[in-house]
Amino acid sequence: MKKVLALGLAVAMAASLTACGGGSGDNTQTTAASSETTAASSETTAAAAETTAAAADDTTAAAETEAGAESAGATWKLGVIGPFTGGASAYGLAVRNSAELAVKEINEAGGINGYQVELNSQDDANVEQNSVNAYNTLKDWGMQMLVGSVTTAPCIAVAEETAIDNMFQMTPSASAEECIAHDNVFRICFSDPDQGTAAAIYMGEKGLATKIGIIYDSSSEYSSGIRESFVAEAANQGLEIVAEEAFTADSATDFSVQIDKMNEAGAELVFLPFYYQEASIVLKQASDKGFAPIFFGVDGMDGILTVDNFDTSLAEGVMLLTPFATTQESSKKFTADYVAAYGEDPNQFGADAYDVVYAIKKAAETAGITPDMSVSDICEAMKKAMVEISVDGLTGSNITWDASGAPTKDPIVAKIVNGVYEIQ
Amino acid sequence: MSFLSYFISGVSLGAVYAIIALGYTMVYGIARMLNFAHGDVIMVGSFVIFTVVSTFGMNPFIGIAAGVLACTLLGVTVERIAYRPLREATSLAVLITAIGVSYFLQNVALLIFGSNAHQFTSVVSLPNLVLAGGNLTVSSTAIVTIISCIIIMIALTAFINKTKMGQAMLAVSEDRGAASLMGIDVNKTIAVTFAIGSALAAIAGALLCSAYPSLTPYTGSMPGIKAFTAAVFGGIGSIPGALIGGIVLGVIENLSKAYISSQLSDAIVFAVLIIVLLVRPTGILGRKINEKV
Repeated sequence: MKKVLALGLAVAMAASLTACGGGSGDNTQTTAASSETTAASSETTAAAAETTAAAADDTTAAAETEAGAESAGATWKLGVIGPFTGGASAYGLAVRNSAELAVKEINEAGGINGYQVELNSQDDANVEQNSVNAYNTLKDWGMQMLVGSVTTAPCIAVAEETAIDNMFQMTPSASAEECIAHDNVFRICFSDPDQGTAAAIYMGEKGLATKIGIIYDSSSEYSSGIRESFVAEAANQGLEIVAEEAFTADSATDFSVQIDKMNEAGAELVFLPFYYQEASIVLKQASDKGFAPIFFGVDGMDGILTVDNFDTSLAEGVMLLTPFATTQESSKKFTADYVAAYGEDPNQFGADAYDVVYAIKKAAETAGITPDMSVSDICEAMKKAMVEISVDGLTGSNITWDASGAPTKDPIVAKIVNGVYEIQ
Repeated sequence: MSFLSYFISGVSLGAVYAIIALGYTMVYGIARMLNFAHGDVIMVGSFVIFTVVSTFGMNPFIGIAAGVLACTLLGVTVERIAYRPLREATSLAVLITAIGVSYFLQNVALLIFGSNAHQFTSVVSLPNLVLAGGNLTVSSTAIVTIISCIIIMIALTAFINKTKMGQAMLAVSEDRGAASLMGIDVNKTIAVTFAIGSALAAIAGALLCSAYPSLTPYTGSMPGIKAFTAAVFGGIGSIPGALIGGIVLGVIENLSKAYISSQLSDAIVFAVLIIVLLVRPTGILGRKINEKV
């Protein structure tokens, strides 16, 4: 990265010197530059012909021509950003693997609009700054469309950047409303409010329980967002919220007090709108205390069966909102391919990413775009196409989008029975 | 009845803090340094136990023995390599080194085990105690934790008061220069202090992760800070102070979670610390030392 920048600056400097018509002095510099790069030298002369004196603009112009020249080699450049390390890595890795799988299939079937697809995945470890850095790395690589970011807060940060660049972005799983605030960003998963509302409606309609307890992570936008809409809808569904307890990221290892309070309040169902790692502790500690209500999670609960050394029998009977289950008829082929390639069952985040790649393919075909178009032109064409298409994917059939970027599809509730998701 | 349940889990949490706080307090009392890497020694011990018990499927007792051994070696090695060369340096230099060791241990663990959480298998496999006709369930882990803490306190007090090495530790903590003039090997005494503190860290790790089973490379840092708080609370350098500080802290934390706010419990704990330090700057059992001008 640094080397490329230094090289770019050297090239720009050499170019401005030749443009100024310096006589003897520039010889040494150009040779220095050309000894380093033989391939880039043709571009150097091209850049030199185009640009005159403004040195600062030169570097960006040179970088853009370089990127443009490379993509004229006619491949699509898709970027993926997600957490491949850290607490949320189960999501990021599933997204990366599934996107790779989808791209491989698409390339074998002839690519998008006849052009092959290249994929570049960058880690953000679920940290906003890292995600923006990853985005810049991908932009340097020449990315044209972005699949990501996987988690909510990094996605919001990256969306600010893509909006400035007018780059088409589609997130598989970042569920906060703010993620798709800009019109260049689309989403395939449900939003946080959708999930809270859907969970409350499901509980009310099925009559699962009337006394509800909630434990939520007050330090997470995702968790408190779902909780808010759940509480709002619960009143309409005749659900009584008997206990509501919070925790924060710093105190996410001990839930004994929260569980005691749920138990005392006589909660028949405990709603757990947060991620599976904390949920695994809640399940363990509740079982230690002999407290066994119905546990109901949202999409963050997906992954609970993959926690290292977790006694999966504790998760028996846990219900969760999920748009995807490996046991569904429509996901048999994807599941088999994923297991063959990566040796484990895919989760819904993988399915989301797989659908995102296919949605991008469909929209790109509808729009009739080609890789030699500029990032901004691609984005404009994609925005128009997205609201016209309908996708039959793993996470729902007949998924459509409106201009806000939000999808329309039906939620699915699964229950963990004998270590697998059983669709309700 | 629920109050009793919160109270008992608070005491159990406090007992873990107390065992960790012993490591801080002994090292501070004897070597006059804050070993901020202590929390991460707990994490290393937990990972060793996790590997032996869950990966190799051995008996939990062998796991704990391996953890204690590994942590003792680690503690002594860290002391020899990182802290001993700085014995005459300013306390700030030693403090920064300790923070460096802390990050080093966390990152090595990240490299080896990755950052995903591992579900720790409890080393306690006894049934829970059900009292008052099912109204009060006391987890066996809590009972074992409290009993272990009491045994460790008694054993440590006896060690300090009855053995030669214990007397040497007391002497070094009184006056390092004078102790060395009396023929006490100061370096050896400090090394033994680190060995004991680190061995206790492994036991604390086993108990901590049995009660709160999520194990990551950062597992030790928050309990480490809380235990350090407990040590300051009780009076740093004092062994009974660590016990009282730990238990009081654990109980306050759990009761404020239960009756005030589950979000603000940490803030309340630290607020209480500030108030105690305002009233008694040396902590509950801390010694007041008159400086001669």
